[in-house]
Amino acid sequence: MISIRRSTALILFLLLIFFSACEEKTESPAVPAPAAPTDVAVPAYGDAIVDGSIGDASTMLPALASDSASRDIIGLVFNGLVKYDKDLSLVGDLAESWDISPNGLTITFHLRRGVKWHDGRPFTAQDVMFTYELMIDPKTPTAYAEDFKQVEKAEVVDDHTFRVTYPRPFAPALASWGFSIMPAHLLKGQEVTTTPLSRQPVGTGPYIFKEWQTGQQIVLEANPEYFEGRPYISRYVYRIIPDLATMFLELKSGGIDRMGLTPIQYQRQTNDPEFEKNFKKYRYLSFAYTYLGFNLLDPKFKDRLVRQAIAFAIDKEEIIEGVLLGLGRPANGPYKPGHWAYNEKVKPYPYDPAKAKQLLAEAGWRDIDQDGVLDKEGQPFQFTIITNQGNKQREMTALIIQQRLEQIGIRVKVRTIEWAAFLKEFIEKKNFEACILGWTIPMDPDLFDVWHSSKTRPGELNFVSYKNEEVDRLIDQGRYTFDQAERKQAYDRLQEILHEDVPYVFLYVPDALPVVAARFHGIEPAPAGINYNFIKWYVPQHLQKYKLTP
Amino acid sequence: MNRPGLYADFWRRLRRNRLALAGGLVVVSLFVVSFLAPWLAPYDPAYIDVSSVLEGPSKAHPFGTDPLGRDVLSRMIWGSRISLKVGFVAVGLATMIGIFFGAVAGYYGDWVDALIMRFVDLMLCFPAFFLILAVIAILEPSIWNIMIVIGVTGWMGVARLVRAEFLTLKNREFVLAARALGASDRRIIFAHILPNALAPVLVAATLGVAGAILTESALSFLGIGVQPPTPSWGNILTEGKDNISLAWWLSLYPGLAILVTVLGYNLLGEGIRDSLDPRLRV
Amino acid sequence: MLEYIAKRLILMIPLLVGITLVSFVVIHLAPGKPTDLATMMNPKASLEAKQRLEELYGLDKPLHVQYWNWLKRLAKLDFGRSFSPDRELVLTKIGGRLPITILINVLSMALIFLVAIPIGVYSATHQNSLFDRGTTVFVFVGFATPTFWLALLLMILFGVHLGWLPISGLKSLNYDQLSPLKQFGDRIAHLILPVLLSAFGGLAGMSRYMRSNMLEVVRQDYITTARAKGLSERTVIYKHALRNALMPVITILGLSVPSLIGGSVIFESIFAIPGMGQLFYASVMSRDYPTVMGGLVIGAVLTLGGNLLADIGYALADPRIREARR
Repeated sequence: MISIRRSTALILFLLLIFFSACEEKTESPAVPAPAAPTDVAVPAYGDAIVDGSIGDASTMLPALASDSASRDIIGLVFNGLVKYDKDLSLVGDLAESWDISPNGLTITFHLRRGVKWHDGRPFTAQDVMFTYELMIDPKTPTAYAEDFKQVEKAEVVDDHTFRVTYPRPFAPALASWGFSIMPAHLLKGQEVTTTPLSRQPVGTGPYIFKEWQTGQQIVLEANPEYFEGRPYISRYVYRIIPDLATMFLELKSGGIDRMGLTPIQYQRQTNDPEFEKNFKKYRYLSFAYTYLGFNLLDPKFKDRLVRQAIAFAIDKEEIIEGVLLGLGRPANGPYKPGHWAYNEKVKPYPYDPAKAKQLLAEAGWRDIDQDGVLDKEGQPFQFTIITNQGNKQREMTALIIQQRLEQIGIRVKVRTIEWAAFLKEFIEKKNFEACILGWTIPMDPDLFDVWHSSKTRPGELNFVSYKNEEVDRLIDQGRYTFDQAERKQAYDRLQEILHEDVPYVFLYVPDALPVVAARFHGIEPAPAGINYNFIKWYVPQHLQKYKLTP
Repeated sequence: MNRPGLYADFWRRLRRNRLALAGGLVVVSLFVVSFLAPWLAPYDPAYIDVSSVLEGPSKAHPFGTDPLGRDVLSRMIWGSRISLKVGFVAVGLATMIGIFFGAVAGYYGDWVDALIMRFVDLMLCFPAFFLILAVIAILEPSIWNIMIVIGVTGWMGVARLVRAEFLTLKNREFVLAARALGASDRRIIFAHILPNALAPVLVAATLGVAGAILTESALSFLGIGVQPPTPSWGNILTEGKDNISLAWWLSLYPGLAILVTVLGYNLLGEGIRDSLDPRLRV
Repeated sequence: MLEYIAKRLILMIPLLVGITLVSFVVIHLAPGKPTDLATMMNPKASLEAKQRLEELYGLDKPLHVQYWNWLKRLAKLDFGRSFSPDRELVLTKIGGRLPITILINVLSMALIFLVAIPIGVYSATHQNSLFDRGTTVFVFVGFATPTFWLALLLMILFGVHLGWLPISGLKSLNYDQLSPLKQFGDRIAHLILPVLLSAFGGLAGMSRYMRSNMLEVVRQDYITTARAKGLSERTVIYKHALRNALMPVITILGLSVPSLIGGSVIFESIFAIPGMGQLFYASVMSRDYPTVMGGLVIGAVLTLGGNLLADIGYALADPRIREARR
């Protein structure tokens, strides 16, 4: 019958297309062709790198972006006046050099010449001025205006010189000018919240924006006229893959070239010879720490002895072993080991449950009714640890702490709460007893926003309500001088006090665990990680996977 | 009334349906395992042991361990309680609400019926998921809140079924007789019509339990299921997801458990439907 | 008939307003505002910045004012701008996701019809046979298997080990460099796993429904009559029984209309498909009220419209109802 033949033909036709589509796959194998005899890899232009991300960017305008996915892209498309080099020192980016006046109040930036925006127009000090004015404009709904508002006066001295004056020497000032500079000629007069530049950015950076397919991928192309030299990798693709398991499968099959591994993936799923042939794993201390914070307004936690006791009752090594599979370091304070402000002399709290019980007894907590739980004035010692839902590591940390505290007689409940509700109902309203959260560790050691007693209003970051006059003084001391030795003195003492006061039990600093396809050369791990010299990464000619039509 | 005859007939037909019997066996086993959990589980399901993280099945841990070193077999056994609870409370609630609205709509008819049916339309316009999300955001995602939300968003099907039955049954002789004898509306609805209208409800309930179990695993996937450290099959399965090639035991066992249980409930429900339907007499 | 349709259409409007009102209230019951998420936990954000953001979004006005403003704009078919930092128009945002969701749903539904109907018919005509029992178990397994579990297993098998199918996403990286024919094939290759998995889960409902309809029809008197007349079994089943059993199934199409735009966030997350499910979920989590409301309105319109179509379908298909109207 005719109808059967037609449907068979249709099916055959579809199969034909299907298999021809498959052909494309086999042409680009995950394993590179046998290497040329020379072992020395020669830098070559070309190829593309595909990065995997769980979240999509939300905007490409530096003033408005607050999520990490947006910042990943912005970091490649824009530049600031300064940036951090491999050893975490501040070096010039768009600014070639700068002078700080003897009284520490004025910074004069000498800007690079010959830098062009991606649309060809020249970069000048007017752009810096515009960026500054945009950030402090009350109509701009940006979260990052604080540092810029400290400026007393900003002036364009000439096309390549920009000067700012502060009322007092302000140490974090220099680092604050690492903020992305935005193009005046494209944004002047535009409504910042509805400008098309949000979705089609124009910057000065090493990569030029090409396209953004919402929810799927963002594509950038190398900037041939970048002032540090054209990046070797011609194309950067940011693929959005919301599920970690899928992302790992894509990595293994060659669909993406780079991702951040979980500890389990790093330790247990990437050790076979096949994987090691095709990928290189890296490991360095990341720039964040996780902590257990106490609500210091809660009567249970008002007594320092109680907080110290809990610090003794927690086994940080166990947490690092269980949650990070050993891939991290215990945290003893708000700074990273290796940072110049880190105080090595502060001894961490060892795991000592006997000592914990002793301190609790001193504070009045004993198991009077012999039910396994400590009591005081008829009340059992119990509290809830809250953390945000969706973060497996924090949840596991809370459960390990729960078990340890049970052993010394404290009954703990764990609760995970959806992020928006968590912030609004619990943190902002200080409606919690203890929480497990994390902070990113800033490069500049100024900790005003988190530890100063003036920052305890609802919605501010000192939500544990920590108030210590000496700490306040030390923070100010550290902020308002450029002298590094003086700052170190203040921050050392600060860490000692935080250690004794235990407003947080600092838990751990996890390792960052990036993995990159083996064909990428030029990666040099350093204290700053591996990304600092991204524009110098390359793929030798014979290993290039994506042949791109120019 | 020929109730004894109806039941005997129902049992006879059900017993002949092998698939339904298999389903019934699964359901009964689930009950047994959940009740006996404290005695069956070899370990405390919440006991963390960081030295045995993600170990494969062994004599000490027949189903292996999870990322915190907890015994998976014990967690599976205790997890059956969540599956059971979710099924019964959520579906029980949905059924009761559905019976109420369906009965009232079917019995009184007219504007009461129209009003209730428009209300059903309104509820149907809400993606249940949206309501669940909103409620989870407002309240803590405890097992009870989840069950209540699933129940409150899933009664519409039952209501429709019950209403249809009532529309047909309310004009039968036995109802007219009861009314002639002066029985109150409430008595007629609950004592007379309802027992005869329950057949489709029973089917919907067993199918609903299956759906509720799947919903629980979906919520666990999104991280808004039961709170830690309570084990549920859904959250064990989700833990296994990111390491599916490594820790196959974390995916296989809860996945199979969910599959077999949901399958069992569905087969049982279908079997009950087939056995009750007079039109399907073979 | 026409006046019935007109009456229903007019009734839809207050119902729609009611739905939007309830939705608005429910979504605002959830604690937290979109501005909280952008500014909290950010060492560089100040309270003043947060207040500025709130004013920008109109969140500082009382709830009923916000609702009224939104409703007024909706009457002009202006769905407003999303609260996400790029402030895209809600219609653009939804419009970017809707096509792929509809495509997958339509393909999946087509596949379900193609497979479930024959299964239902054959099961009914061979009740309790091995085929009947086997397919019963098969379709229920499809219903009972957690989607993400099966999806990952199939991805590992077909994507990583065999390399036959792509793992996730909608198109390959070198899509732009392919010929139109290969582009078409690439798209299809990416859709195979999602559509198959989506259909597998839905087979149970449709095939069981078809089966029970068929079983009921086959016991009707007119079928016995047809057999008594000596017609071949084939004619009896496919010409007479099937047509009557199929009619209610067709009206299910009307009821399936709202589900066309719905996506499962889990499904889309696993397959990295930017669809409506993810959009909705992310919008609720980030309290992006305009987008949530926009999605709900479209969904509500489709549900009510779909119900209407289904009811009309019943009326048209069943001559008993049609005749009664005369």
